[in-house]
Amino acid sequence: MSTALRRYPVLIALCVAALFMIVPFLIVALNAFKSPAEYSQNGPLSFPDGFYVDGLKDFWERVDYSQKLFNSLLISGFVAILAVALSVLNAYAIGVGRVRGRTWVLAFFVLANMLPQEALVYPVYYLSKQAGLYDTRLSVIIVFTVIQAAFGTYLLSSVLGEFPREIIEAARIDGANKWQILWRIVVPVSRPTLGVLAVFFFIWTWNEFLLPLVMLISNDNQTVSVALGVLQGQRLMDATMTNAAALLGVLPAIVFFLLFQRTLTRGIAVGAVK
Amino acid sequence: MTMTVEKRGVTGKAAPAGRPRRRDSYALFLLPGVLAFLAVIIVPFLMNTYVGFTDWQGVGSPSWTGLANYRELMDDSDFWASFRHSLFMVVAMAAVPTAVGLVLAAALFDYIGKHFGSKVVAVLRACFYLPQVLPIAVAGIVWSWILAPDNGSLNALLKAVGLGSWQQDWLGDPDLALYSVMGVMVWVQIGFPLVVFMAGLQRVDPQLHEAAELDGAGWWRRFWHVTLPQIRPEIYVVLTWCTVAALKVFGAVYVLTKGGPGGATNVPSYFSFTTFFEKTQVGYGAAISTVLTVIILALSLIGLKLQTRAEERA
Repeated sequence: MSTALRRYPVLIALCVAALFMIVPFLIVALNAFKSPAEYSQNGPLSFPDGFYVDGLKDFWERVDYSQKLFNSLLISGFVAILAVALSVLNAYAIGVGRVRGRTWVLAFFVLANMLPQEALVYPVYYLSKQAGLYDTRLSVIIVFTVIQAAFGTYLLSSVLGEFPREIIEAARIDGANKWQILWRIVVPVSRPTLGVLAVFFFIWTWNEFLLPLVMLISNDNQTVSVALGVLQGQRLMDATMTNAAALLGVLPAIVFFLLFQRTLTRGIAVGAVK
Repeated sequence: MTMTVEKRGVTGKAAPAGRPRRRDSYALFLLPGVLAFLAVIIVPFLMNTYVGFTDWQGVGSPSWTGLANYRELMDDSDFWASFRHSLFMVVAMAAVPTAVGLVLAAALFDYIGKHFGSKVVAVLRACFYLPQVLPIAVAGIVWSWILAPDNGSLNALLKAVGLGSWQQDWLGDPDLALYSVMGVMVWVQIGFPLVVFMAGLQRVDPQLHEAAELDGAGWWRRFWHVTLPQIRPEIYVVLTWCTVAALKVFGAVYVLTKGGPGGATNVPSYFSFTTFFEKTQVGYGAAISTVLTVIILALSLIGLKLQTRAEERA
């Protein structure tokens, strides 16, 4: 079988490449339970002797990681829900309602979606100080709800633009008003798409760095990404601490990945081609 | 395709008093969205544009200086260096991942999928995509630690295989730091094009491939002449997205190198950030971010145009 002989090299090459991609994760796992002494003696590539968890515990308490996780969950959760709601309202008017000038309205949202945060960060920081919202989780929720909804509006408008008109007409003849049509028909039918959007908004917000870094300066309000990034930037961590930080930062991402893997890969494809 | 035929309401006839016309009452649904966008995006953006033409420290009122900031930028070697580094980021985050992603996607889709089943494909795809889910700050921590000069995993590995002389201070050497950051960004970015292209390949009519195969075209020729032209729209989407993402790199630079050593990895986003919040030259920082915005918008529009053209042809 000459084809079989030709087949395996391709598989092996791809497996090696895939392994290279996950090596960093493996190294983090390999060193997660080494004591500082062991690490400095045997280096990062040896198998761990014991099961040393004090380093993790110390780090957890030192950065008050429970609080950081709670902040990240709170901010990302609220943004996911609110941004989907805002996207639905916008897209209902544009895609189903076909409001006049909708092309311009949609262009407005697409443009808002493209603006880099660098061009918003200082005014947002300044205005939030004026409004007394600086260094609050609420300010970050508001800003990201709008930023994510820009993308959501753009995507959902084309999805809802293809919504079967007859269903809506039938409901209207039955005497349903626009609110009822939205909540009882459009939202339930589009639930899969809305679920994909919510997952994406959640993960994107969880991963955000620049704006939360500027907006959240007190320890009690910081997200996981900001707290870990700032610590790393200060260059004050030893190898064991860095390793603990890496592990605690990686774990939530792995959990999301396993939970939402199908949604993620499906969603990316939808979002890119729309 | 959406229907372009509009069912107009009762146009021309005046609507009954006190009741808005049927078509326009949908506009109410846009109200919260438009107001929120004005407050959070449009107003700050206009403010930022205005501040770019002023001299301002962030307190008191900005004083109008016209194009002075932009003239200063033109002579600022740090500014040019940061944009030059952006080009390196575009190579690392757009060019390389797109090219590699195409070959990987095609190999996974019609080679591995055909001969080894979809389970194998799913596992491999997951491995490539995993870094995309990681917060960039966390990816930075992981790589900082791997690339550390003493007792970092990469140097330890080099030593273990007898290449001890190749050990480097990967992020601390001004000649190497930018390439190290590029390497990290390739690792971060590769999963995105792969997933998009694999989805795009599902649209390609398998009969095209079969016909080419009957004509005796080998795998590479089919890849060039069948696969590539078919997923051109996705290629433009990915290139646009990744190029814009490359121009906005911030978190990775902040965590890995802080723009250093000696500005060797400074990028526009980080440059504007430090100008805003460390030097408090808000006007100058606003000018930097405005230049970045203009470039990003121009690229996005070009990308959109290419994509729609490709879709019409596909």
